[in-house]
Amino acid sequence: MAKILEKRPLTPITKLYKVDAPLVAKAAKPGQFVIVRVRDGGERIPLTIADYDRDGGTLTIVVQEVGTTTRLLGQLEVGEEILDLVGPLGMPLEIPVEGHIVGIGGGFGAAALLCLMRELRRRGDTTTIINGAREKDLLILNEELTEVCDNLELCTDDGSAGFHGFVTERLAQLIEGDGPGRPDMVVAIGPMPMMRAVTETTRGKDIPTLVSLDPLMIDGTGMCGGCRVTVNNEVKFACVDGPFFDAHQVDFEEAVRRNKMYVKQEAESKDRTDCRKLAVGQV
Amino acid sequence: MPVKRVDKTPMPERDAVLRSHDFGEVNEGYGIAHAQFEAERCLRCQDPICIDGCPVRVPIPDFVHKVASGDMRGAAEVLRSSNPLPAVCGRVCPQEVQCEEQCSVGIRFKPVAIGYLERFVADWEMAQPPIDVTVKLDRAEKVAIIGSGPAGLVCAGELARLGYPVTIFEALHAPGGVLRYGIPEFRLPKDVLDWEIDQLRKLGVEIVCNVIIGKTITMDELMGEMGFSAVFIGTGAGLPSFMGIPGENLNGVYSANEFLTRVNLMRANDFPNADTPVMVGRRVAVIGAGNTAMDTVRTALRVGAEQGMIVYRRSDQEMTARVEEHHHAIEEGVEFHWLTNPIEVLGDEDGWVSGLKCVRMELGEPDASGRARPVPIEGSEFVMPVDNVVLSIGNKPNPLLLQTTKGLESNKWGCLVVHDGSSETSREHVFAGGDAVTGAATVILAAGAGKTAAQEIHEDLRS
Ligand SMILES: Cc1cc2nc3c(=O)[nH]c(=O)nc-3n(C[C@H](O)[C@H](O)[C@H](O)COP(=O)(O)OP(=O)(O)OC[C@H]3O[C@@H](n4cnc5c(N)ncnc54)[C@H](O)[C@@H]3O)c2cc1C
Ligand SMILES: Cc1cc2nc3c(=O)[nH]c(=O)nc-3n(C[C@H](O)[C@H](O)[C@H](O)COP(=O)(O)OP(=O)(O)OC[C@H]3O[C@@H](n4cnc5c(N)ncnc54)[C@H](O)[C@@H]3O)c2cc1C
Ligand code: SF4
Ligand code: FES
Repeated sequence: MAKILEKRPLTPITKLYKVDAPLVAKAAKPGQFVIVRVRDGGERIPLTIADYDRDGGTLTIVVQEVGTTTRLLGQLEVGEEILDLVGPLGMPLEIPVEGHIVGIGGGFGAAALLCLMRELRRRGDTTTIINGAREKDLLILNEELTEVCDNLELCTDDGSAGFHGFVTERLAQLIEGDGPGRPDMVVAIGPMPMMRAVTETTRGKDIPTLVSLDPLMIDGTGMCGGCRVTVNNEVKFACVDGPFFDAHQVDFEEAVRRNKMYVKQEAESKDRTDCRKLAVGQV
Repeated sequence: MPVKRVDKTPMPERDAVLRSHDFGEVNEGYGIAHAQFEAERCLRCQDPICIDGCPVRVPIPDFVHKVASGDMRGAAEVLRSSNPLPAVCGRVCPQEVQCEEQCSVGIRFKPVAIGYLERFVADWEMAQPPIDVTVKLDRAEKVAIIGSGPAGLVCAGELARLGYPVTIFEALHAPGGVLRYGIPEFRLPKDVLDWEIDQLRKLGVEIVCNVIIGKTITMDELMGEMGFSAVFIGTGAGLPSFMGIPGENLNGVYSANEFLTRVNLMRANDFPNADTPVMVGRRVAVIGAGNTAMDTVRTALRVGAEQGMIVYRRSDQEMTARVEEHHHAIEEGVEFHWLTNPIEVLGDEDGWVSGLKCVRMELGEPDASGRARPVPIEGSEFVMPVDNVVLSIGNKPNPLLLQTTKGLESNKWGCLVVHDGSSETSREHVFAGGDAVTGAATVILAAGAGKTAAQEIHEDLRS
């Protein structure tokens, strides 16, 4: 059980939670995630550790409501408990390159950059975050992100804030030397199409790139193999070998296809949570 | 006096057609009359060789005799003194290659139904009003148990009875290990497991779920600042193997672990009341022929498959599943494709499984394991139309703990190395047992290892 200490809506469908999880907070490193379950009979879903406070014993997670479990989670209020929370899972993110590191976030992905960029900056790297969204109101955590990096670049598809265009277009400009300049390494976290586009933008340009794959998971301990992805023609379990992988070696087509395995059931499940009073804690 | 009867007293079973659509237990269990009738068949041998067949040396004739004479409480005590999980073992032990294989009656007749009797006694015990089992956990040394499978549960119970405060750490959200997420309800009702776990809690054993040792807490922290004097590792062999054939990552291909976990732990059979789904098409092919494979194919039928198939590269002679599970699978309409080796999973244009390409095999010379080596028959490739493929070709120990723990030795299969004839690992005050040491084995071996380790931990802490 993990008690919710703070809740903040970031967009109509994105919520930030600070939860009481001292053991996980103490062990967490940037790039790792937790698995949560919100009710008896509930699904186990992975969520990135956006930030952690070892002394305070708290974790920050940011949830984008896309289906049953994320929506049930979104209904929880301060003082309530997340039924199960286990972690930290996955390999901590290793950034082997020093220099100018560019983190790219889309959707909840921007949150995942918080602790990572802070650590890199502490290490002495020059850090840039490119935070992208459809429109201004959907850009999350700008204030917090400003504090953890040297340059914060905003992009919106409609031009309502920052650069008018996709994060990849702005990235291409940086690679050409614009703004904070050419990255020595890129880390992208967000929706699959965005990570895929970033991968193509840096391919062949001698810029090592990592992406955070988000396959469906159950246990998160390497026990089921449901999270398997193909990287460099090898099968990896994202929950224990990842979630970060060398973007240029990832079989995205397979990853996208495997994530769609249950679209029908997910829709059925979500419809039920729509048309009935949401009862957290019981099925 | 022993009574001569050729056959075992039959186990009352639910009708195959009805039961293959639900998760109710297949075997209904003996009543008192069945049990006493069967117990009379035991010869009470001078030299009861059945005991040699039992990995934990249950004093079999003793408890069987007590059943025959109606002393069920006495039978339960005898049983429990050597087997801490009788209700589980009575249901899942491969008795036909253990005690019952040895039984003297079996030389001319069918052996005494020791397994059914064990289950009867344990079920009788569970149905009695609870007895006070509390003990004083007043020893100064705390012991940590990693993993709540049979090895961990048994080790915890034994240590608590010796007076040690014990904490079990379990990675998943519910305790039990394979007994929880692997073996299905129709073979081992979760009530039975819950009862055993309840007993431990009553003894004062603390069970902490959602903690992964090596991730949430390291071994060094456990034995350092957290103050545990000794540790037992019972982390099992939960890492599923894949075959490495083309098409294994198509949609609709599962490991048996994933398939069974979705149903047993996450209750996908109750989707959408429970939130986790499982995809089952009309035709499900399960690769392998162990207990896991039988559980998987029978589970597939219960969650909607019309045709459940076992595909195995060897013959039925080399099958490792319990005989009873094989029989039950046949009764439930499972098809068996022996001497058939899958070489590729075929998919449709959307990336969903559409078929399984196989080659027929014949048996050749014996291999290292002494079993006849299957060799492909050239030109015999064919395609089986299927909608799901579930791989059940074995599990290896999970490397999570080893990755972050210094000083723990493992062998080339990833199994923890223990000193000859003991359960002590290469690290001081750290003991191990069960599948984590042996590789995938059996419940009784894991339980036995947990029990032995508890004694060794006790000696270690007292020296
Ligand atoms: C390592 C990792 C870290 C993650 N971190 C976060 C995070 O910090 N915040 C956050 O909001 N989400 C995160 N996710 C994604 C999150 O786990 C899924 O959104 C969640 O499982 C959806 O569950 P649901 O029941 O709400 O929706 P479902 O009903 O399961 O799915 C609803 C819709 O979301 C899509 N979907 C389901 N799972 C995923 C997925 N894994 N990735 C992309 N789309 C998916 C489905 O295709 C479907 O259309 C992460 C995933 C992984 C693997
Ligand atoms: C489907 C199936 C059917 C079977 N049928 C039979 C049968 O009929 N008869 C029989 O005798 N045997 C059977 N077996 C085998 C038997 O279940 C196992 O041999 C037995 O469960 C092993 O027990 P264990 O305690 O060593 O490990 P497990 O039961 O595997 O339990 C290990 C536990 O440790 C936890 N864990 C792992 N790593 C960590 C960590 N780092 N921190 C915290 N917790 C951790 C795991 O989550 C798990 O709960 C079957 C196995 C399967 C999979
Ligand atoms: S060998 Fe068979 S007959 Fe002899 S004591 Fe054991 S169970 Fe009874
Ligand atoms: S989530 Fe089960 S192995 Fe990765």
